[in-house]
Amino acid sequence: MKSITNYIITIFKAIYSLLSGMMVTIKEFFTKKVTEQYPENRATLKVAERFRGELVMPHDENNEHACTACGICQMNCPNGTIKVVSKMVEMEEGAKPKKVLDKYYYDLGKCTFCNLCVISCPSKAIKFQNTFENSVFTREKLNETLNKEGSKVREKK
Amino acid sequence: MFDFSIVTSWIDEFLRTYLPEFWVLAIEFVVVGVVLLALYCIIALVLIYFERKICAAFQCRLGPNRVGPYGSIQSVADMLKMLIKEIIPINHTDKILFYLAPFFVVCASLLAFGPIPFGRGLQAFDFNIGIFYILAVSSLGVIGILLAGWSSNNKYSMIGAMRSGAQLISYELSAGMSLMTIVVLGGTMQLSTIVENQVDCWYLFQGHISAVIAFVIYMIAGHAETNRGPFDLPEAESELTAGYHTEYSGLQFGFFYLAEYLNMFIISAIATTVFLGGWMPFHITGLDGFNQVMDYIPSVIWFFGKAFVLMFFSLWVRWTFPRLRIDQLLNLEWKYLLPINMVNLLVMVLLVIYGLTF
Repeated sequence: MKSITNYIITIFKAIYSLLSGMMVTIKEFFTKKVTEQYPENRATLKVAERFRGELVMPHDENNEHACTACGICQMNCPNGTIKVVSKMVEMEEGAKPKKVLDKYYYDLGKCTFCNLCVISCPSKAIKFQNTFENSVFTREKLNETLNKEGSKVREKK
Repeated sequence: MFDFSIVTSWIDEFLRTYLPEFWVLAIEFVVVGVVLLALYCIIALVLIYFERKICAAFQCRLGPNRVGPYGSIQSVADMLKMLIKEIIPINHTDKILFYLAPFFVVCASLLAFGPIPFGRGLQAFDFNIGIFYILAVSSLGVIGILLAGWSSNNKYSMIGAMRSGAQLISYELSAGMSLMTIVVLGGTMQLSTIVENQVDCWYLFQGHISAVIAFVIYMIAGHAETNRGPFDLPEAESELTAGYHTEYSGLQFGFFYLAEYLNMFIISAIATTVFLGGWMPFHITGLDGFNQVMDYIPSVIWFFGKAFVLMFFSLWVRWTFPRLRIDQLLNLEWKYLLPINMVNLLVMVLLVIYGLTF
């Protein structure tokens, strides 16, 4: 007798669990789909702020950047994408020659977008921005120089 | 409601005035055959499109939407691809059986497609053992599957075919018995009479408890018979590559594919004919105005609407539940569905004898 009641209870429990599963799926049927149909929705596209699209060195309105040419980003980069070229400049009378940034080479074709250079920079000189339409027709165009012409490092107060 | 037998009898009269009897019949047979085949293919294309869109909606993605407006021509593109693919001849297969197997499956499917009443006056052939014939003919598909598995010279196809054979034969019992429950309620096996008896109230509501249980059991058994939904172990991709139709390519695979979709439609169509009133609109006794409004909708739209609702259920179930193992499948049938079915049949007989149906 007990096995018959168990049998009937099993059936009703099974029906209940099946129906609750179906409720979950039907809610999913009516949710708005998150697929973005890319080339058509370019006008209204919203990309997340923290998306890593391209490495840039922000320059302020006086054409000054914050890079001290320490080379920590070059050491931390896993595949040699960054090359920091520095030069020694003569200071005014008496002071030792100082090392400043000459050229900051960055190869967008090799970059793995791992973010190690950004988080290890002690002066917060470089960061990723979320532009992603970076395709070009020849690989050589992907070798970039991140510091602008005639810019110099911001003086620390 | 528009009665299509006006059109068909006009065509018949027109032919009879000009031609002798033999030619009239020959032309009519050919026309009906062509119409049924065309309908078969068109319904398959529409169904494949709807399946892809609805399944995508359940899975939080859009379906095909590039080929044609909202992806509507995707099915046609798929059909063209299937037609021009190469049929690869396999080396050590049993050639005759290998080429014969898809035909069995498609022919069984077409034979079951024939007697379905699509609308008032739109029934290809109507005889007094309609339900019995449908049950008999849909069992012929098993032969095709077993032949496909056996002749493929591939042990995994063979396992898939054996499992499928066991599954189909088991679930035929449940499907047959649940249809017998309705035959008890209606008192006739003829499909047109069954539909006409539902003019006031569909059988689902007439035989209340018993008909609802029979409906649920028939839908479950129907899915299992067509290797559909959570019962698709014989063609589970992760387990048996494609089961019994692994070795088929091109149009032969197209036949299996077509037959699977159409079998799903046929199960839904038979369930609507028998449980949901076929092409009869939804009448509530007493509300005459409502009934008049319902009568304006053509019978073909009622039929296809109901069949599509049942197919939506079928897709809903497919994308909700995980696949059943073969032992769980057979367990479900022999230990749960069959006893419930038998008790249900008894309950329906008692309801009919004591006049407790509506």
